[in-house]
Amino acid sequence: MDTIQQVVSETFSREADRILAALIGTVRDFELAEDALQDALLVALERWAVDGIPYNPSAWITTTARHKAIDRLRRENTLARKQVLLQALLEQDEQRGEEDMEDTAIPDERLKLMFTCCHPALALDAQVALTLHTLGGLSTTEIASAFLVPVPTMAQRVVRAKRKIRDAGIPYRVPETRVLGERVDAVLCVLYLIFNEGYMAMSGSELMRRELCDESIRLARLLTTLLIQESLYHEVPEALGLLALVLLHDSRREARVGPGGELVLLEDQDRSRWDSGKIQEGLSILERALHMRQPGPYQVQAAISALHAQAKHPEDTDWPQIAALYDALMRMTPSPIIELNRAVAIAMADGPLQGLALLDQTNLKKELSDYYLFHAARADLLRRAGRMDDARDAYTQALKLCLNERERAFLNDRLVEVTQSIELEGL
Amino acid sequence: MRYLLLIYQDEVAQSQWSGEEQAAEYQDYFAFSVESEKRGVSAGAALMPTNSATTVRVRNGKTLTTDGPFAETKEQLGGYFVLHCNDLDEAIEIAAKIPGARHGSIEIRPVMEIM
Repeated sequence: MDTIQQVVSETFSREADRILAALIGTVRDFELAEDALQDALLVALERWAVDGIPYNPSAWITTTARHKAIDRLRRENTLARKQVLLQALLEQDEQRGEEDMEDTAIPDERLKLMFTCCHPALALDAQVALTLHTLGGLSTTEIASAFLVPVPTMAQRVVRAKRKIRDAGIPYRVPETRVLGERVDAVLCVLYLIFNEGYMAMSGSELMRRELCDESIRLARLLTTLLIQESLYHEVPEALGLLALVLLHDSRREARVGPGGELVLLEDQDRSRWDSGKIQEGLSILERALHMRQPGPYQVQAAISALHAQAKHPEDTDWPQIAALYDALMRMTPSPIIELNRAVAIAMADGPLQGLALLDQTNLKKELSDYYLFHAARADLLRRAGRMDDARDAYTQALKLCLNERERAFLNDRLVEVTQSIELEGL
Repeated sequence: MRYLLLIYQDEVAQSQWSGEEQAAEYQDYFAFSVESEKRGVSAGAALMPTNSATTVRVRNGKTLTTDGPFAETKEQLGGYFVLHCNDLDEAIEIAAKIPGARHGSIEIRPVMEIM
């Protein structure tokens, strides 16, 4: 019995997303598909103990789940919508006959599932939760703990999203060419958000955060494979760009947190602790993307990350090239945050005064006045330029806006340092 | 599926349009309705402004009638279309072609189908 249970749970954890995607493809209802899948797993436990393990366990489970969905619809076929569904399922079943229980390969419908989960008609937090839940195989409890949200809140978010998909008629298909680019962008955005949640959060359990980064990498890999399978080559370079970006960021995971859990800045990291395997993979994937000659924001960001990864020592960093890449990124997706990063890169390449000139552009100052990293970056450049009084004011401003305790500690150290140097000067 | 496409727009701003602007908008709506009929739009209408609206409630058997729309909002319901199509993506595509989408907003609501 133990081994049967093992095979069932192994089949499930290995192929859950694929089976679920195929089921949703036929029954067109997330909740019904999930319920039917649960039913099928219970049947598998009973039947396999008697009849032995089938030749193709995943196909067996998928077919059984489809039958279970029919049973469930028969029991509650009150709504017109459900009767239409039931009719369609019965016809499918007749066509397939009985012998397909194990033979037919399950169609890979996971790309469609990705587009449905990341549909712009769903709120962004719902897109993230649903993607992790249906494609990531994370339980609601795990997702809730990763996002520091109470379990019932997260459960409700997932349930509401599934209902909206059904009630609003959010399609389950690869979008038309006309909107395909923006829908792939939406999927990439969700995967990057998942990664950042795992990478940036300084609270929550280490294990859960790692899981989020790993899931994001796995899903980015899957997305690329599926896009190629469907011959959607035009969308491949940016998907590869995202995959390279998350791999390159992730290579620094061990080095960016100090022994006390504090954040270690890029320039202070022990570069021997960077994961060279991930760096190599990230670099070669980026190269593959760039060869396709359709540049996009994820590829550019990955290229920036690659230049950092290739510098053996902080002083080897190719800052002029990084500044040029931020310039390119600014032309693709203009934003004050990118302009801030560009200014910092220019300061590193040409000197703090050149960077400060960019930061002190009036519109940028206005747009980022509430953003602590703007003041922190400005303070750092002022300090490097030897304008200590202005640096002190900027650190004070940054501290007023920064809520993260570890970052506050860092800013406070710098403020003390600058204040001391002003006092020394006064002596 | 059936969807109701609700057109919300700032009727004060629109009342200040020039004659040409209004004529151009009518022209666009005419073109839209001819084109959209082939794409599953079965009905639709423009509404009179909200200063002609009356709101009715029945409480404890009593009919309460008040002047004005149900809610005071920055944009007001100015018209609607009923659309038959396969899924939300198709509905979004049609909604984006409604002339009012360029200056106002279109709310897409699935119609509840009960046997």
